[in-house]
Amino acid sequence: MGILEVKGVGKRFGGLQALGDVNLSVQENTCHAIIGPNGAGKSTLLNCLIGKLIPDTGSVMFDGQSVLGRKPFEINQMGISRVFQTPEIFGDLSVLENMMIPIFAARDGAFELNAFSSVSSQKDVIERAEKVLEEMNMADKRHMNAASMSRGDKRRLEIGMCLSQEPRLLLLDEPTAGMARADTNNTIDLLKEIKEERDITIAIIEHDMHVVFSLADRITVLAQGTPLVEDTPEKIKGHPKVREAYLGESA
Amino acid sequence: MDAILLQILNGLDKGSAYALIALGLTLIFGTLGVVNFAHGALFMIGAFCAVTLSKILTISKEVVDPTKTDFLGNPLKVKVPYIESWFGESFGGAIIDWSVPLAILFAIPIMLFVGYAMERGLIKHFYKRPHADQILVTFGLAIVLQEVVKYFYGANPIPTPAPEAFKGSFDFGAMLGFEANAIIYPYWRMVYFLFAGVIIAGVFAFLQFTTFGMVVRAGMADRETVGLLGINIDRRFTIMFGLAAAVAGLAGVMYTPINSPNYHMGMDFLVLSFVVVVVGGMGSLPGAVAAGFLLGILEAFASMNWIKDIIPGIDQIIIYLVAIVILLTRPRGLMGRKGVMED
Amino acid sequence: MFGLDKKDTSLLMIVAVLTMFAPFILNPFPTDSGLAQFNAGYPDLMQRFVIFGIFAIGFNILFGLTGYLSFGHAAFLGIGSYSAVWMFKLLSMNIIPAIILSVIVSGLFAVVIGYVSLRRSGIYFSILTLAFAQMCYNMAYSVLGNPASSYNLTNGETGLQLLLDDPRVLGVSATADGSIPVTNLFGLEMRGSETIEMGAWSFSFSAGYYVSAIIMLLSFYIAIRVFRSPFGMMLRAVKCNQNRMNFTGLSTRPYTLAAFVISGMYAGLAGGLMACMDPLAGAERMQWTASGEVVLMTILGGAGTLIGPVLGAGAIKYMENIFSKINDTVLHGWFSFLPDGLEDFVVFVIHPFVGKGWHLTLGLVFMAVVIFLPGGLVEGGQRIMNLIKRRKKSDDDAAETQPAAE
Repeated sequence: MGILEVKGVGKRFGGLQALGDVNLSVQENTCHAIIGPNGAGKSTLLNCLIGKLIPDTGSVMFDGQSVLGRKPFEINQMGISRVFQTPEIFGDLSVLENMMIPIFAARDGAFELNAFSSVSSQKDVIERAEKVLEEMNMADKRHMNAASMSRGDKRRLEIGMCLSQEPRLLLLDEPTAGMARADTNNTIDLLKEIKEERDITIAIIEHDMHVVFSLADRITVLAQGTPLVEDTPEKIKGHPKVREAYLGESA
Repeated sequence: MDAILLQILNGLDKGSAYALIALGLTLIFGTLGVVNFAHGALFMIGAFCAVTLSKILTISKEVVDPTKTDFLGNPLKVKVPYIESWFGESFGGAIIDWSVPLAILFAIPIMLFVGYAMERGLIKHFYKRPHADQILVTFGLAIVLQEVVKYFYGANPIPTPAPEAFKGSFDFGAMLGFEANAIIYPYWRMVYFLFAGVIIAGVFAFLQFTTFGMVVRAGMADRETVGLLGINIDRRFTIMFGLAAAVAGLAGVMYTPINSPNYHMGMDFLVLSFVVVVVGGMGSLPGAVAAGFLLGILEAFASMNWIKDIIPGIDQIIIYLVAIVILLTRPRGLMGRKGVMED
Repeated sequence: MFGLDKKDTSLLMIVAVLTMFAPFILNPFPTDSGLAQFNAGYPDLMQRFVIFGIFAIGFNILFGLTGYLSFGHAAFLGIGSYSAVWMFKLLSMNIIPAIILSVIVSGLFAVVIGYVSLRRSGIYFSILTLAFAQMCYNMAYSVLGNPASSYNLTNGETGLQLLLDDPRVLGVSATADGSIPVTNLFGLEMRGSETIEMGAWSFSFSAGYYVSAIIMLLSFYIAIRVFRSPFGMMLRAVKCNQNRMNFTGLSTRPYTLAAFVISGMYAGLAGGLMACMDPLAGAERMQWTASGEVVLMTILGGAGTLIGPVLGAGAIKYMENIFSKINDTVLHGWFSFLPDGLEDFVVFVIHPFVGKGWHLTLGLVFMAVVIFLPGGLVEGGQRIMNLIKRRKKSDDDAAETQPAAE
């Protein structure tokens, strides 16, 4: 029984069957990648996982609880953190403030009318934020405006913000899309480090083979809305069906 | 039956004005993506074009009228408009009498120019700025335009009558086979409604049947793609802004006999026209027109006495109530496309 | 001090000193001099400075922090005024219960209006708030203001006024000499004022002004606390990225609603205070142009900054008073040194912008600020400061420009 169980999920948009009959099981403390050519239904599947779309059929269970129909903040509170294709951070705020917000959220919940105490008196939150920044090697940037950083740093900050909440599942949506080679490698190294040092499950949706093969423990190949195969990276590399459906096309 | 028809007719004149202003607002929002708070001011400027023309036409010289004397026996001076002295009393008088319809010709170039100047001089710089900034700068512009008009024309409403032929009312009910005197309707309101119909049909035909209109419609759907085709979409959008200004202006010209224009009439109409646009669906031209008439008629119904007896004051708030309900239940409006400004 | 850091404490202190000595500071010109018309130190105007300051401070908590542009805040101002006048009519002429009621009632309205309006964002939010405010205005003007009807809450066009036969349960309906009692704070009459003559200068100190000023300082202090609190940080985060907030486990709507209600209560407080200074409430206070005015103040001063709204409110109210008082005679007086023809020409050119035309100036200034200085006066000040700093720095051969905090 995996931490994330997708059973028989199907979704239809008008005449288009975006997802057929998707079954997927992500095991705890592994890195599971979902790959597939454009239009394979990767984004639709992801949107079903985070409650943005409700599938027509099937169920999505996280740790024994259904995620369907829940609001994004509730899904986060269940222990799922999400990293977006373009880094979603608070651009006008400083790096340190960016890091404090998820920590406040983890401490105080979805809403807290904490309007009369000053931020600088919240020592525990600041300490924790500084510590995470330290771990992310971003301590020197703490007073920078987040919007003025490079894309790689923004990604690093976003991942740090997610990790600061100690989620059980980290969902990454093409985390290196649109990045320069150096930034991509940095991001891969960062994710490897996270995987090795923490008890965390990672689900990653990715287009870039290099990223997938250097990170994933298991890979599901999606084609035309249904999972084609699921196996270890080594086996996937040599799988004829995959070569035909995916690698052949992308070459 | 005749009571219902009467209320529908009563709603038509305001509904026409709402529809015309909302049409322009939607054209601007749909093509340029700009929320124009100064659009009401364009309506007002149109109305003052009519005022100006009628003032120009009645510029007079003083002539001694030999047939009349004042009580001291001196010859009496009377004012005779130049137009009458040039074209003769009957033809010149007719021109003056018809000054409001004539103002359409006078207003078109002025409004096109005002629209052009506004877009090139100001709005252009705000395409990429947030909607809040667009609202704010056009709000500032509306204040300025309104104050300029107030400076030249004063704060009081200026009566601008319809041509003699269209003054008074007619028994519309009798024409349709109802009892006599059941539906008495002023001529000019009927003219206004027909005029609005012609303008709306003209705009739609223009967008539907000309290449220019096709490009603009394509641009409304997907600006970037059209830009990629190498079509100079910006220049067309400028012309579109001029057109929207002209539509608002003409709506204002013809509205003057219904309500004497004053400098803040634009603002009064603007708020309601925005509500109309939202109800119709941001970016939907048919939606704007339909919602304009619908809300105008709804307002007329809400003004009926027996309805006001049940819910006092409903006539004052009905449009806002409808807008609030629509926005909450169907944010894209009656006919809005999915995904356009739905948040 | 007061739980503020050093910078904020000194800001608060500066504002406190300025407001306390405003009767002196705003009257720099001798009473008989030609420049006396630029004096702003008379009670009526000073009261308006601080009351609109409160209004703008509150508006800024919503617009400056969350970015939600409300076009209907004047409704709360009007509701506050009506509530306060009703308190004067029914209970007593003491301003404390009146102010409390106006804050509570406008807060309740803000909960309802905010709950509905905040379901949408962007221009839809602006239009929803505008629609609600126009609804309030129309109802105050017509249904609820019909003297003939049984629910005449606002007295329509005439405005809600005090009458000799009002009950005033805890006070008197009429004073001994048969006039309407005046608003007071435990006996201190709001309209009471002292005038001190010092040589050619004359300074007036009004009880009403000082009461308003102290309430304004309190409001300003609370605003600073809100800005510096985790709550304020969350509001700024709402403005930046609601998506990230949601996926960080935060629910944005309660945050925006809280900000909306707080700013509505500020507006109600301002409206209540207005009624305390002059016990009369009219529907025109709720019109959407009045909502536009507070937007102007906030933007002109600098949205999202602490001191901006106060500056903006002061600047606009000062302009309104001074500019609208300048007439042709005054202009001719100023330019009398010019040759006759030129003098007439200059007066002719300036004439549309002053006196009754001051709104034109206001509109132009506002457009100029939005176009060239979106950060308002505060940003303008910072730019000048940076320029000076840069000059100094380039002397020291260190060209470092600092991103200025507010």
